[in-house]
Amino acid sequence: MQLTVLYFAWLRERIGLPRETVETNAATVADLVAELIARDEGHALAFADLASLRVALDQQLAGFDSPLTGVREVAFFPPMTGG
Amino acid sequence: MRLSVQEAAFDAGAEANAFTAGLSRAGAVVTFTGRVRDNGGTLAAMEIEHYPGMTERAITAIMAEAVARWNLEDALVIHRHGRLAANDPIMMVATAAVHRAEAFAAAEFLMDYLKSRAPFWKKEIRPDGADWVAARDTDEQALRRW
Repeated sequence: MQLTVLYFAWLRERIGLPRETVETNAATVADLVAELIARDEGHALAFADLASLRVALDQQLAGFDSPLTGVREVAFFPPMTGG
Repeated sequence: MRLSVQEAAFDAGAEANAFTAGLSRAGAVVTFTGRVRDNGGTLAAMEIEHYPGMTERAITAIMAEAVARWNLEDALVIHRHGRLAANDPIMMVATAAVHRAEAFAAAEFLMDYLKSRAPFWKKEIRPDGADWVAARDTDEQALRRW
């Protein structure tokens, strides 16, 4: 399946991209992260501490164990600082 | 119910008046305006990044929950993104209810959720560098009271 993967804030800066298209068979978010980490050092550094990251699937907050079935857009970002 | 996610500045007084003018049954209106803090007087700018699409969806869901839970007559959220200067208004919340307890509670609920559940990220730009603002544990804890 083809996924659009988005990055925000310092995660975007570390990876050096705001978004990328990924062809993957990953079953869960954690599987996708493992594939991204294997890509290069930038990704590995960005995903070094998953506890400091959040994930949204099709613009809804989700967990790293969530399945990717039917998902089209995955976003990774640090904890939000609105208000 | 109105939500505006915008780059442009807003006039909190004019927004409060327009919000109030549309009300017919509310005995209580609470407004809150958040401004860019300049701790130490060295802030050159604050950059606010957001996730277009999810921002609107997340805030709309939070507002709908507040309206239903406190039986609000109306609610308003304005949140800016882009490059802001010290003391600029960042965001505004207004709630209207028949009585004040509901209006105050709903405004606090909206603020607590906007802090930790709306996809915005703040970056402080200073003469000696730039830092992403870290989320605070106290903001996350504030959600538990709801």
